[in-house]
Amino acid sequence: MQITLNLNGTSHHLDVDPRTTLLDALRHHLGLTGTKKGCDHGQCGSCTVLMDGRRVNACLTLACMVEDRDITTIEGIGTPGHLSPLQQQFLDHDGFQCGYCTPGQICSAAGMLEEIAAGWPSHASESLDGPFELSHAEIAERMSGNLCRCAAYTNIVAAIRQAAQGDNRREDAA
Amino acid sequence: MRDFSFHRATSLDDLPAGATIIAGGTNLLDLMKHEVMAPGSLVDITRLDLDRVEAEGQGLRIGALVRNSDLAAHPAVRRDYPVLSRALLAGASGQLRNMATTGGNLMQRTRCPYFYDRRMACNKRDPGAGCSAIGGVTRNHAILGASPHCIATYPGDMAVALRALDAEVEIGGPSPRRIPLADFHKLPGDTPHVETALQPGDIITAVILPAPVGGQHRYRKVRDRASYAFALVSVAAVIGMDGSRIGHAALAFGGVAHKPWRDPEVERLLTGQEPSDALFAEAADILLRPAQAHGENQFKIPLLRRTLIATLRDATGMEAKA
Repeated sequence: MQITLNLNGTSHHLDVDPRTTLLDALRHHLGLTGTKKGCDHGQCGSCTVLMDGRRVNACLTLACMVEDRDITTIEGIGTPGHLSPLQQQFLDHDGFQCGYCTPGQICSAAGMLEEIAAGWPSHASESLDGPFELSHAEIAERMSGNLCRCAAYTNIVAAIRQAAQGDNRREDAA
Repeated sequence: MRDFSFHRATSLDDLPAGATIIAGGTNLLDLMKHEVMAPGSLVDITRLDLDRVEAEGQGLRIGALVRNSDLAAHPAVRRDYPVLSRALLAGASGQLRNMATTGGNLMQRTRCPYFYDRRMACNKRDPGAGCSAIGGVTRNHAILGASPHCIATYPGDMAVALRALDAEVEIGGPSPRRIPLADFHKLPGDTPHVETALQPGDIITAVILPAPVGGQHRYRKVRDRASYAFALVSVAAVIGMDGSRIGHAALAFGGVAHKPWRDPEVERLLTGQEPSDALFAEAADILLRPAQAHGENQFKIPLLRRTLIATLRDATGMEAKA
């Protein structure tokens, strides 16, 4: 079937089988391999992209269902010459070892920080009405849909916290 | 995944007969990838105008397409039905809550690992085939309301809170009606493949919450890891005090049965009484009287007892046990 995807600000016309997930459309049809396939069942978060600004699992999304949505992948978040603050902080804090989960971590963190800015509570929030501090517990809870098999979690949390503070300097090690 | 035809619905009158409805797709697509479900046709309802939360009388009408994340953060839900916000936030991941809808959450399959494994016998997947879970690995299986045909548990959190809130499900299609959430999900009996009261042609259009009753709202979920895991047991509690006595109590339980569980006898016992450890122990006795373990899930019986008592102590203001 013929579909149109709005991807990183550009329209793309594709001919896909209805079974094609957004993840496979990105990687196989459009050659955008930044978005990773881990479990392919919504458990690991490595396929996380932003849809209309919200983080979702591309592996559990049919491409034919997301026409007219604005989709942002890691390629739309930053480029090697123009890293986003989150990307820079992941580099500065070694927020990875193998790097396979990193695009999903960064897209998820971008969506998560927007959710906090919108005043959304989390399971870790003491009060449903905030304020929501970027504590370790809040970040860990809100990022629980992204697994890192290298267990770089400590540095991922530090990178996200630093990026959220709009501070590109590395925290001194305590 | 098996092939299917695809149609994007433009109105509630545009639902092809026999087509399986897809919205968030978080459970359905997963099951289709495993070929545990293989619908011949899908109808995408995500473009329908069912995504609003509106006042209805003194209560709330939640459109079937309202996303779990939006519902958890909705100001009226946070203020008047915090047990619902807490239950939603205790479920799934941030990504999945952005995808999953209110109606779809109710339609998630009651399931167990044997349901997912097509090499295993499952009466739910293949009626009459038998149940490989019975006598198998049963750590997260049911202790209440199970049958010799199925011991799977309803895995959701949202519906457990809705059960404690006396929600109703609004159904559109050829026979528009409302049914109490209590009657929406079914116990397995000898037809575990029939999980809901929906009939062919039905579509969930909204969930209705009655006027808020106030009181203390708690959702206590016990699980194997701190986040993004199904409940081993969970307790949704809405408890109002009348002076030093319990004025009203609504308690629903997740992770223990084929549907969100509720026991009116427990609530009758508590209502009008002064909170005490003896009272709460008696409430747990009543709740667990029909409990039956299936091997490894024996631990759920004392776990549910302790979780209920801890939740009651918390919600009634008794000092937590040291």
